[in-house]
Formats: sequence, structure tokens, C-alpha cells
Amino acid sequence: MKKSHHMILTLTLIGVISSGALVGVYTYTYPAIEANRQKALEEAIFQVLPGAERYETIIKDEKKIYQGIDSAGNIVGYAFVGEAPGYQGIIKLMIGVEPEFKKTFAIQVLESVETPGLGQKIDEPGFRQQFHGLHITPYVELVKREPVAPNQIQAITGATISSETVVSIVNSTINKVRELLEGSGLAI
Amino acid sequence: MKPYRLYFEFIKGLWKENPVFFQLLGMCPTLAVTTTAINGFSMGLAVIFVLMCSGIVISAIRTFVPSEVRIPAFVVIIASFVTIVDLVFKAQIPEVSKALGPYVPLIVVNCIILGRMEAFVSKNPLPASIADTLGMGLGFTLALVILGSIREFFGSGSVFGFQILGEYFRPWVIMVLPPGAFLTLGVLIGFINKFSRQRA
Repeated sequence: MKKSHHMILTLTLIGVISSGALVGVYTYTYPAIEANRQKALEEAIFQVLPGAERYETIIKDEKKIYQGIDSAGNIVGYAFVGEAPGYQGIIKLMIGVEPEFKKTFAIQVLESVETPGLGQKIDEPGFRQQFHGLHITPYVELVKREPVAPNQIQAITGATISSETVVSIVNSTINKVRELLEGSGLAI
Repeated sequence: MKPYRLYFEFIKGLWKENPVFFQLLGMCPTLAVTTTAINGFSMGLAVIFVLMCSGIVISAIRTFVPSEVRIPAFVVIIASFVTIVDLVFKAQIPEVSKALGPYVPLIVVNCIILGRMEAFVSKNPLPASIADTLGMGLGFTLALVILGSIREFFGSGSVFGFQILGEYFRPWVIMVLPPGAFLTLGVLIGFINKFSRQRA
């Protein structure tokens, strides 16, 4: 066999066997990976929508809105994902609001790579608790000192950009979802 | 192959030729993922798996692969095992997979792996290759766990997630940030050089 043929044969064989192995492993692990993603999403939805027993997914303009429903069949609120670039990378939040769009229930941080000890505090209870029953009309405002109005959030010391990003994600996503729901004629 | 030689090939990677402390290979994952002991440990396990599987396959086919195309052949084999580890981590331990982020796929370019394949596996029979890759993998894991434990202890007051220091301790945030990795590794290698006869 010529040297070049040997080389081509070797690489082809290795390539074919490797791809075969990868197809096998992918097919085997894909359901579990998808289930993990779904589980993380559902956990976040139920965390930001207290009292919800189940949820229904509404898709408007490619935006997914999760409508939380309690055991009696009442709508307890809406949850949706919002994201924007923070200090080091994308911050992705799950936001839960009351059905009247007056207050938020809670937020959960789905993804963030902010500075540990500073920006990463957006994922700590101290900061997130401020979003329990936070007024969102006319908008959420970020302040440096102790909040005096029900629509104010106190920024994390030393992490203004991360705090600003969270508040702007909350404001812009809530406005967008409100418009989408109003436009579709759903009662708010 | 005499048993004592296998033992020698295995043991050298643990300390005498430790890939992190003496060869200074694989610095990128060493510095990046050792924010906690458990992250370092998981990264080490992933590297052991890739090293050993690639070692077994490459040692077995080494006489068949023409030397002109050995590097692309090795890289394809290594990349396949890395992808398998990445998928299995995502499916079985999603939290760890999230914490390690892009560093699992980046094992492909970890120079420890290609380095061992080139320097040892492609020239040695199967038993010696298994001993060598297992030793090097364990040595890498050991180094990452040491580094991760030190950084987690000072940066979060815990080791392997067990809280050791109480509320009174204010964590040194810098230890879990990139500078902490350089500081810890530098000081560690400094001490090792001081108290060991060989130099890194």
C-alpha cells in the first residue's frame, strides 16, 4: 500500500469510528440533558410564582410567558425570562409578577458570571428579597441608599453595574411582556 | 514488562514528574477551575478519564498510524473522549458541569494529554501506557485538589463544601478570583522548590 493511501485510510477510519461513538453517546445522553434543562426552568418558575400548582406556556412573538395557575384554577401570576449583558457576561433572570402587573413576586438568577463576592451578590437572598412585593409602577428605580419608596431597589455596594443590569432587565422585560399580553387581548 | 517498571511509570506522575508542580503543564484549567476543591476534583476526574481512554486507544493503534499523521489522529481521538465526558457531565452532574463551564471542552487542548501521547504512549506498549496516564492523571487531580482546597479555605471558609471557619471569618474574596489562583500556585511552587531537591 502506498504511504499516502495508508495515511488517508488511517485518518478516515479514526474519523468514522469517532463519529460513530459520539453519535451513540449523544443519543444516549440527550434525553437526560434536556430533562435537566427543563427541570431547572420549572424549578425557577415555581420559585417566582408562589402558590402555583402548574403552569401554561404562552408564546407571543417568540417570547415565552409562563402563566402560573393554582389548585383552584385561578391565575396566580406570570413568569418570564429576561437577559442582558452584565459586568462580565450575560445575566439571565426568571421574573415572577402578579397577574395585575403591579408588583413582582420574586426573581431568580438563572445564569450569571459576575465577580464573586461583589456582583455575584445579585444571587444572594439579601439582594433578591428586595423583589418580594416590589412595586413596578411606573418603573423600578435603583437607589444607592436605603429605599424610601415601594418601587426602589438598593444597589449592591461595589457592584453598581450588576445591580443596574438586574433592574434594567426587570423593567424592560416587564414592559415588553405587558405589551405582548395587552396586545393579545389577555386580561391583565 | 517487569512489575517494578510499571510501578515506576505509575508513581512518577504523582509527585516526581507531577504535571502541574514540576512540568508546569495544563496551567489554563489549573488556574481557572480551582475556585473550590470539588471543582478541581471533578476537573481532575475528567482529565484522568480522557488521558486513560486516549492512552489505551492510541497505544493500541500506535504501530498502525503513520507518523506523518499521528498528531491529527491523536487530536481526533482525544476530542472524541472529551466530548463524551462533556455530554456525560451535562447529563449526570449538571451543577458541576455548569461550574466547570467551557473548561471541560477545553481539555482537548490541554497540553498534558497531547504531551503524554507524544512523549510516552506513542512509544510504549499498553501496560506501561496505562500506568503512565493513570499516574499523570492522578498527579494532576492531586495538584488541583490541593490548589482548590487552599483557595476555597481562604476564599469561602470551607473545604469540599464543609464550612470550617465560622461567621467571624470574612472571606478573602481575592482567593476565588483569578489573582488568587496565581498567588496560590506561585507560593506553592516556591515552597516545593525550597524544600525539594528538584526544581520545577
